Amino acid sequence: MSSNKEGWGSRVGLVLAMAGNAVGLGNFLRFPVQAVNNGGGAFIIPYLVSFLLMGIPLLWVEWSMGRFGGKSNNHSTPYILDSMTKMRWFKYFGVFGIWTNLAVAAYYCYIESWTMSYVYHSVARSFDGLSQLQVAQFFVQYLDVSTSHTAIPYEAVVFYLLCLWLNTWILSRGLSGGVEKTAKIGMPLLILFGIFLAFKGITLGTSGATAEHPDASAWAGINFLWNPQFDSLGNPKVWLAAAGQIFFTLSVGMGTIHCYAAYVKQQDDIALNAMSAGWMNEFVEVCLGSLIVIPIAAGYLGLDWVKQNAGFGMAFQTMPFLFENWGPFLAAMAGVFWFGLLFFAGITSSLAMGTPWMGFMQDEFGWGRQKSAWSFGLITLILGLPTVFLYSYGVFDEYDYWAGTVSLVVFALTESILFAWIFGMDKGWKEITSGADMKVPDFYKFVIKWITPFFLLFVFIGSIFSPKGGDWSGAIASLMNGTGWSLDEGSIIRQLFNSGLREQIAAATDMAAKANLEKQLTYIVGARILLTAVFAGICWLVYLAYKRRTVNERTV
Amino acid sequence: MTTLAVVMMITTMGIITAFTGYFFWKVLRTPHKSESE
Repeated sequence: MSSNKEGWGSRVGLVLAMAGNAVGLGNFLRFPVQAVNNGGGAFIIPYLVSFLLMGIPLLWVEWSMGRFGGKSNNHSTPYILDSMTKMRWFKYFGVFGIWTNLAVAAYYCYIESWTMSYVYHSVARSFDGLSQLQVAQFFVQYLDVSTSHTAIPYEAVVFYLLCLWLNTWILSRGLSGGVEKTAKIGMPLLILFGIFLAFKGITLGTSGATAEHPDASAWAGINFLWNPQFDSLGNPKVWLAAAGQIFFTLSVGMGTIHCYAAYVKQQDDIALNAMSAGWMNEFVEVCLGSLIVIPIAAGYLGLDWVKQNAGFGMAFQTMPFLFENWGPFLAAMAGVFWFGLLFFAGITSSLAMGTPWMGFMQDEFGWGRQKSAWSFGLITLILGLPTVFLYSYGVFDEYDYWAGTVSLVVFALTESILFAWIFGMDKGWKEITSGADMKVPDFYKFVIKWITPFFLLFVFIGSIFSPKGGDWSGAIASLMNGTGWSLDEGSIIRQLFNSGLREQIAAATDMAAKANLEKQLTYIVGARILLTAVFAGICWLVYLAYKRRTVNERTV
Repeated sequence: MTTLAVVMMITTMGIITAFTGYFFWKVLRTPHKSESE
């Protein structure tokens, strides 16, 4: 019997929590890099098309699935999916909606802990007087957990544990008392910090040019990001990247939206809520995310440097060094704002990842809020420690690839088919529009049924057979010529068989390097076994829950 | 910055900000039916 008595305190709180769930580190770090690598301003066209044809429909689908499940007291995806079809095995697809969150939270909290630590180091002025190389090295040393930049031994581990404890404690305070309150504080602060940094980015101009980087200009960075290269619109790589970005930025395919929406009351709106949270995410990503990292880096280091080095590492390895140009007070403030912004973006997402597991245990096994929250913390810790200690061996990336990338696409594709074709579009449309505080355009009935699943199929197939360097036209020509199809390192097929790593091992001549690569392969296989075991464990719990339900129904 | 880049940036940001503001304003102005009961 369900012990789940959670609920949202207010509509604004729900929308901010949902927007916080979507807004993550990728809004500030992944989006600008994707735009730079995919045609600058032209990227925004497929990006917005993907948002309209895949993002918005998926938001409506997930919100309505969640509220539909909540009607029968189901707050996690296994039994939300189960309530939508007579095919009893479908609930096992819902396992993705719990598993993904446990696995992603494990490594996501580690990134979150870096931002916590860097807020501390910004205040403590740890980057004062360091060269660009030394600041970059600072991060490398931080990831080597045995090195510590403070008096605290194993600093990275301590911050990770602190971050995980904070997440778990907030979750144990409940939906309205913990998650909603955090979103109400975190989201406005995030936007405020973002506006300050974006203003600095826009107004930097050419004032950061030096003898070493005479061509440095923030405007050149912004121009590169926004100047449309229309020829790139014909490249499938750009469309795939844009669809992928929309997909990941909205946190669809995870099970978190279903879970949050399951606590919305049956007569309440979901259509307008979904729009508001979705567009808020777009505002943070496009209006703020594009005006911070790239302009500031181009403003001090030049556009060529940005083109060569654009990537995730810039946030920790470059930004603290660049902030030092603003004088001691502003540098500390900018550091707090930048890493604080990333922290709020992170924690509002990681809290959402805790709720599906909690909802499931409360619904199916009658667990209390405290027990389900602390058990989430424990599982996340067990899953997360390998990513902390074995970061350099690729365990972190392995989690990110399977749980944070592939799993999302698989689940979203499944749910879009379930919603439109099995549950039925007529019933589905009724769910979306029921209680709606806005007019949902009828056009979306067609989009949800036909376009969104095909869009997702396009993304999924693109991920399986992604050609080398994302060069689709070259790969197709090569296939026609009979010279075969060269798969990219990031394609699912090559990743599945660890082809790149195995080739490196075979080519290695130095015995020490070979041994290190073999060790890496062992750890990666170990990580997969651990993730598979967790998935199997959740499947078993879903089965146990099914048996309990059967017994209860008989008893009733 | 080129004129095209400026137009592209301002148009996109304008559209996104307008939609964000409009939908959030609607959320603020319309309480959930269960809240107003």
